[in-house]
Amino acid sequence: MCLAVPMQVREINDWSAVVELEGIQREVRLDIVDRRPVVGDYVIVHAGFAIHTLDAEEAKTNLRLMQEMADGLDVLDGLDRQDQDSLQ
Amino acid sequence: MKYVDEFRDQGLARDLAAALDRTLTRPRRIMEVCGTHTMAVFRSGLRSLLPEGLELVSGPGCPVCVTSAAHVDAFLALAGRPGVRVATFGDLIRVPGSDGTSLAHARSQGAQVEVVYSPMDGLTLARNHPDETVVFLGVGFETTTPGVAATVRAARQEGLSNFFVFTTQKTMMPPLMALFGDPDQSIDGLLCPGHVSAIIGAAAYGPLAERYHLPCVVGGFEPVDILQALLLLVRQLEEGRSEVENAYTRVVSPAGNLQAQSLVAEVFEPVDMEWRGLGVIPGSGLQLRAPYRAYDAQECLGVEVVSATEVRGCLCGRILQGRARPPECPLFGSRCTPSTPIGPCMVSSEGTCSAYYNYSLSDSN
Ligand code: SF4
Repeated sequence: MCLAVPMQVREINDWSAVVELEGIQREVRLDIVDRRPVVGDYVIVHAGFAIHTLDAEEAKTNLRLMQEMADGLDVLDGLDRQDQDSLQ
Repeated sequence: MKYVDEFRDQGLARDLAAALDRTLTRPRRIMEVCGTHTMAVFRSGLRSLLPEGLELVSGPGCPVCVTSAAHVDAFLALAGRPGVRVATFGDLIRVPGSDGTSLAHARSQGAQVEVVYSPMDGLTLARNHPDETVVFLGVGFETTTPGVAATVRAARQEGLSNFFVFTTQKTMMPPLMALFGDPDQSIDGLLCPGHVSAIIGAAAYGPLAERYHLPCVVGGFEPVDILQALLLLVRQLEEGRSEVENAYTRVVSPAGNLQAQSLVAEVFEPVDMEWRGLGVIPGSGLQLRAPYRAYDAQECLGVEVVSATEVRGCLCGRILQGRARPPECPLFGSRCTPSTPIGPCMVSSEGTCSAYYNYSLSDSN
């Protein structure tokens, strides 16, 4: 039921958007998305609803932390703790 | 940024797996609670990358699998009524009720059963069949519930009088609190469900980390996401910490999707709910609030949910608690296969038995 892969927004209407993944297009509702996407954005879709609009900066940070962990860098520990603090 | 290719880097996956291997000093058991994680782990072949000694067990996070036989019986009774058309997600259609028949059987006997992709499709059916009673069978967790809430709100705005929802919506925290509150369980850490967390927020797992000293890490669904989350979990265990950490920051924030949360709070209220294998868990389900009761199938159509026995010999209940693995079930692969499923864990593509069967795993892992 849950598609793990982000889909790209091709067209936006009032309550819905047309999204595309590997050439297949689908209409999704925008009622519950956390940030209204613009054409070109990527969204996470679940059962016909966009639930999250991705942000390139967040994704880059996510990837950088992974790379640092893969390299065994301990800088991450510091960053981690900060994330942790902001969770509390 | 395409959000996919970047996270499918095999070199990065290998390096993370190596770091995981270096960090792990003794055997650990991690529960992955989300059916989509279960599927992702098998499909990507991630198991072969994991260090020996790190065991992944599935939890109660496959929505179809935790739907009780009593609820399936009630769905079947409803589908058998004249003038009723039920709309359901595809996975649910083959789940057997207590007498072994499913919605697929009912359909072959002439019942109107439609597989839909979104709850909104139920509204379209109601519009297209004004003389019929259309009932959407609501199963799912926090990721699905906001969409069901939006659908009910849309039905009310449109004034549709022949559309109803049979809600068995469930929330993830109550069963997790029950599971980890049991001193008998032997799980060391929790890989938290990525898209449930997108809605409820990473901070929601705080009580598990604090009360039960359980390391909790939110993870995404690409192999690198899962490996990073496992590495964070193992680090916590090695360092004696139990905290909530987030390895899926591109999708999950600490507070979650507030828009979705407020819609759900407007439309639904907590209710006690029966889970397959776990029994009735207080406050773990959702029912429509008073202003939306006109769309409640159970109330308006008088559907009764009568307690029913689960299929004999099926270990789904224990598998959903991480207490047994599919090959321990005597029916696994013999009488129970994806084409002749006996329990829901073999039906759903997110079910643990089906994942084990399709990726033909022995119990050696
Ligand atoms: S193999 Fe079939 S019968 Fe056995 S636990 Fe899994 S679903 Fe139930």
